Amino acid sequence: MKKNAVPLLVLAVLAVFPLVVTSDYFLHLMILFLLWVVIGSSWNVLAGYTGQVSFGHAAFFGVGAYTAGLLFQHLQISPWWGMALGGIVAALIGLPFGAICFPLRGAYFALASLALGEGIRHIATISESFTGGMMGIMIMPSFVSKIPYYYIALALSALSVLSIRLVIRTKPGYYFVSIREDQDAAESLGIDTTLYKNVSLAISSFWTGMAGAFYMNYMGFVDPHVVFSLHDYSVMAILVAIVGGVGTIYGPAVGAFIMVAVQEFFRSGFFGLFDYLGRVTGAPAFASLSEVVRQAHVLGFGILVVVVILFLPNGIVGDWEKIRRNVFRIQPTR
Amino acid sequence: MAFFRVEKLVKQFGGLTAVNNVSFEVKQGEIFGLIGPNGSGKTTTFNMISGTYPPTSGKVFFKGKEIQGRKPHRICHLGIGRTFQVVKPLGRMTVLDNVIAASFSRENRMRGAREQAEKTIAFCGLDPVSGTLAKSLPIAGRKRLEIARAMATRPELLLLDETAAGLNPTESLEAVELIKKIRENGTTIVIIEHIMRVIMTISDRIHAINFGQTIAEGTPSDVAANPQVIEAYLGTDYA
Amino acid sequence: MDVFLQTVVAGFLKGGLYALIGIGMTLIMGVMGIINLAHGQLMMLAMYVTFLLNTMGVDPYLSLFVAMPTLFLIGVVIQKFLLNPLIKVDTILPENQVLMTVGIGMVITEVARFLFKSDYKYIKTDYANATFFLGKISFSVALTIAFAFALAFTAAMFWFLLKTDLGRSIRATAQDKDAATLMGVHTGRITVITFGLGAALVAAAGSLLAPVYYIFPDLGGPFTAKAFIITILGGLGSTVGAILGGVTLGLAESLGATYLGMEYEDIVGLAIFIAVLLFLPGGFKRLTKV
Repeated sequence: MKKNAVPLLVLAVLAVFPLVVTSDYFLHLMILFLLWVVIGSSWNVLAGYTGQVSFGHAAFFGVGAYTAGLLFQHLQISPWWGMALGGIVAALIGLPFGAICFPLRGAYFALASLALGEGIRHIATISESFTGGMMGIMIMPSFVSKIPYYYIALALSALSVLSIRLVIRTKPGYYFVSIREDQDAAESLGIDTTLYKNVSLAISSFWTGMAGAFYMNYMGFVDPHVVFSLHDYSVMAILVAIVGGVGTIYGPAVGAFIMVAVQEFFRSGFFGLFDYLGRVTGAPAFASLSEVVRQAHVLGFGILVVVVILFLPNGIVGDWEKIRRNVFRIQPTR
Repeated sequence: MAFFRVEKLVKQFGGLTAVNNVSFEVKQGEIFGLIGPNGSGKTTTFNMISGTYPPTSGKVFFKGKEIQGRKPHRICHLGIGRTFQVVKPLGRMTVLDNVIAASFSRENRMRGAREQAEKTIAFCGLDPVSGTLAKSLPIAGRKRLEIARAMATRPELLLLDETAAGLNPTESLEAVELIKKIRENGTTIVIIEHIMRVIMTISDRIHAINFGQTIAEGTPSDVAANPQVIEAYLGTDYA
Repeated sequence: MDVFLQTVVAGFLKGGLYALIGIGMTLIMGVMGIINLAHGQLMMLAMYVTFLLNTMGVDPYLSLFVAMPTLFLIGVVIQKFLLNPLIKVDTILPENQVLMTVGIGMVITEVARFLFKSDYKYIKTDYANATFFLGKISFSVALTIAFAFALAFTAAMFWFLLKTDLGRSIRATAQDKDAATLMGVHTGRITVITFGLGAALVAAAGSLLAPVYYIFPDLGGPFTAKAFIITILGGLGSTVGAILGGVTLGLAESLGATYLGMEYEDIVGLAIFIAVLLFLPGGFKRLTKV
């Protein structure tokens, strides 16, 4: 019971958050956070638990978004139906991808997934008649207030984490980790590694697709450059999971919180620090610095990748012992 | 109908013939030894049986059914388990989790798998290290874990690949005890081993190969006296 | 027919440059097993170096001899401080090293953007856009010079790998790192030098490409993709394969641009990639071993 105390507490806090904090700005950030809990957790199933590192999860995100958007644009189907279908279509895209690319060992799978993300982005950009090409898709959001979106996002993230937790703690979870640790040994123990890799991919792509469809509904606008972005979705998903802790259930949630904060840190020019300094001192240099910092979020991500991989490869949750020892100077009791 | 039989197994890798026309039959309940110098094709034979790769030609019969060419996980479900010469622990999982993963081949639910795993761990004497991470185990523990994992899949036939290699004499004796216990429990065993003391004492019958070809088969004493076997291991001066 | 020949010639010449890009990457991949997703970004850096020297009046083909050592050093630093340490790190994610190169590529791109801004830069030389004719087929002077350099560098690479001690040490490390160490090869130093060499080669490609291409920070990504396709097409670690792969990609892109349309140029690469995965995993290298 104690093990569940913290997550339940967090869930309770999240549930009442909009009642306490009414600012749209913070609600928006929290919605982004919840979105990334879903994407990060689902990436973690495939990569952290099953050991198949995907560099192309933007493909599933974007496919989910476009499914919801296109169904509405061409067939007038409510984008909320699109949410369920977004997940399913993303999972279906995963099937041929898995069939072709799972036999590839190690880094080749990672690179093939990178090609998937970039390839689908190209296709979406070129097929103007179907997808609207570079112009993207625009739909009317269903709600004016952010609060309904918040609770939908909360439901999505709670459901995804819960269902993933359920899977990980039972037979499929054991099978996933066995595949990660030693695929040949896993086979000899009766594990159909091909089947389970595909199951892992299906779970992973499904939830990411749903997140994409939610995004379509929430933002009302998507284009290939945004939703299939290598840096803003594929790499971000990886960062969320590795900063928080790959191969742990709640690691991605921790990572999501940190990464959304980092992202906002850059986007707002160090939380508006430079704008403030510019106003106070009257020096125009601060304004342009602010602009530079805004652009620099990719640089920040790049540096973060390098630093995390070198020093904290198992993430905050995974390397917690290491952090305690080095940062807090707490020696382990053993 | 033989319990287990391999018939004219051949395996070629490019221009190299690793296994050349090997046939033998294993009776239910026996311990059948497979010996031969390094590189003679023993593990390759195992790999063909367990499905790691298909034979170039030849057949494998288990309880009358042809099984060559099937995938490893199907072979496991049919009732054949194996250990690997170079051990493959699922490093970042505990010993218990390793065996639970194996138990899921026969149990679908968590509780059943855990019970089965705990029983198997007790049977194999791994209780003291049940909660240890597999990668932290010394070699003797890892070898024992290989066996425990294979046993958790409830095999009728167990292929042991050099389970005593790298163990000191005490550990070897303990391994031998475990193998005997497994046979008494009803599992048929085919064992590859280099350490003569081990394989000669526990095998009922032995099949000797060299350069991928059969050179002798019979009881341990017969095979040990066979001049070709002596030559293969010690050179022509001793034949 | 003329159009076809023209397309083939253009593609072939471009292929020489691509081969140079591919050789650098396949060397790194073959020796260290490192997939360098910052390869195109390194080339982009070399192009900016060439550009800078050009603003000071240096001919791009001469600045090659500055760009190459510069990128060699950068490559050495990257391998020594960012990639070598990863070998010892024990982590769940096996693809750390690939991810690291992605991060490095991002940093390089953004630093370049910060220094040079995102607008396209051009190098103007008198002869850059000149062409000469053999019969009815026009040859771009710049690409022909690039092809000649590429040929020279490739030959030098072969000689280096086959005839020099350092080259042999590199090949030994590529085949079996532990065995090489046991025979006295300082593999840590070899990996560092090899990465530097790979960077130097792609730097050469960059300097050669600069006169006929536009320079901007984001060009790294597409060229990394090309380098990777060439390497996969040729077979990992195969220098000959990289050459064949480079020429193949050059030809395919050229034919695709002429007969399918300009916007299909990138899709051609993707199509080749998928085709290799499906039909010839292991690349051209596999064909030579039978």
